[in-house]
Amino acid sequence: MRNMNQTPILEARNVSKSFGKFKALNDVSTRFMPGTITAIIGPNGAGKSTFFNILSGAFPPSSGQILFNGKDITGIPQHEFARIGISKSFQITNVFKQLSVHENVRVAAQMETSRYNFLSNTKNYQKPIELADELLRRVNLERLRNKITGDLAHGQQRALEIAMALACNPSLLLLDEPTAGMSPEETMVMMDLIHTLASERTVILVEHKMKLIMGLCKRIIVLHHGEFLAEGTPEEIQNNAEVRRVYLGQG
Amino acid sequence: MNAFFQFIARHRLFASILFLMIFPFFMPYEALAINILIFGLFAMGFNLLFGYMGLLSFGHAAFLGIGSYLTGISIVHYSLPWGTAILIGVIGAAIGGLIMGFLAIRTRGIYFSMVTLALGQIVYYIFYKAESFTGGENGLRGVKVETFSILGIPVDFLNPLTKYYIILFFVSIALWLISRILNSPLGAVMEAIRENEKRAAACGFDVTKTKLLVFVLSAAICGLAGSLRALHLSIVPIDSLHYLQSGQAVMMSILGGMGTFFGPFIGAAVMLYLEDIVTTFTKHWMAVIGLVFMLFVLFFPKGIWGTILSKLHINQDV
Repeated sequence: MRNMNQTPILEARNVSKSFGKFKALNDVSTRFMPGTITAIIGPNGAGKSTFFNILSGAFPPSSGQILFNGKDITGIPQHEFARIGISKSFQITNVFKQLSVHENVRVAAQMETSRYNFLSNTKNYQKPIELADELLRRVNLERLRNKITGDLAHGQQRALEIAMALACNPSLLLLDEPTAGMSPEETMVMMDLIHTLASERTVILVEHKMKLIMGLCKRIIVLHHGEFLAEGTPEEIQNNAEVRRVYLGQG
Repeated sequence: MNAFFQFIARHRLFASILFLMIFPFFMPYEALAINILIFGLFAMGFNLLFGYMGLLSFGHAAFLGIGSYLTGISIVHYSLPWGTAILIGVIGAAIGGLIMGFLAIRTRGIYFSMVTLALGQIVYYIFYKAESFTGGENGLRGVKVETFSILGIPVDFLNPLTKYYIILFFVSIALWLISRILNSPLGAVMEAIRENEKRAAACGFDVTKTKLLVFVLSAAICGLAGSLRALHLSIVPIDSLHYLQSGQAVMMSILGGMGTFFGPFIGAAVMLYLEDIVTTFTKHWMAVIGLVFMLFVLFFPKGIWGTILSKLHINQDV
């Protein structure tokens, strides 16, 4: 039951994106309500990643608008997204590999306190240090706190990236294929984590594996050839003839 | 031995200054010690940008030269006191860094290096052509600072050891600043940007602004090295601005250990000491240094100091 009078936390209005002559995304409009967890799915080349990148601020759309809590945020720079409360994890793990696990999250957490101060000692900022420890506990990495990040297993690095994304206390969390390249065990742990995170904030995730999201999300958006194809509950999507034709039929 | 390294790891600033206090007694003559001190500072300032933020500038000779020339011109043409002259050199280099940084940080990777190289050459020609101020290809002569007094005590700047310690005083201030920067929130963001620009931006850090700020800080420190060099040599040679000086900063950083606090100084010391020894045998000292450099890049990519630190499992921020 969605209250249509409520302001969506994120809204895409007629969003298109072209790379040269190639139209990656064509006139996609959709709304994400606060407190929901939504999955964006679609076969390869459907424009999922392009859509994700636009929603998370990696690049602006060629045309159309992005609204956050009703405010137009189209074209604001990437770093502003974290400041207004939109955070993300990338499809390809992006962490600070030569830094310690704790330092990765601590840097992410210092965004609110200080960015350009070059004379005081980071040790004097207790809040980011404590927040980093708390987040590492949440993603079960506290015992690897002082390890060099590059030495961590793939799944652990992905969990770390989620901790980093949480460090700015986002109201909206965007996850691009959070279980990509993970073992089945790691995938289970990650899905559990996402499930708990979704109880505290709005989550949008792009996912390739249909089965994973069926139990997790209340709402699914399907893209195909850069266009909006369908949206609905997992059951509706599973029973949608067109979706079955382009997507499920392949599997 | 390990306890000793643990100690310097905890007190890198104190340990570095202590080391530099006794350093001239290990050198064959003081002028070499002073030269190493100045180029060590130059390489450390450069390393802030290169080793800690991952930006390979090939134009840092510009800041060494701007610092040297502005300090020299202040003394020769305007008879300003030496302290003011140093300050003008440093501020001039910082402004130069602001302009060059503003133009260069929009580009990435090899393009960044090429743009800084080109801008560095522009600075070279500006100073080369402004002959009435800079002496053109003969360099700026007559940067004379002989005696002055500190708190009423006369100091003989012509005595090489005295000169070394006065210059060390300024170098120590710069080392303190570098050490503070590395411990600061900005220092953490710099390393984050070096490791992963996309993630740093997604964490809410303005990558462009941070790069520009670090570029300016780095330029100011290299400018100080230039200012001190003018006082040391009593002349500003035009080769201060030559791109070979930029290349030297790169080589010193890599040889000593980029991304370590004291590594670039070690790199500068080894290179200049080697040059001093080898030139007594052959004028082809570049070939010898080139060989040493290549061996290190191939077998010890972390550099002399970086390799020692990593063998002892000490973090690289020393």
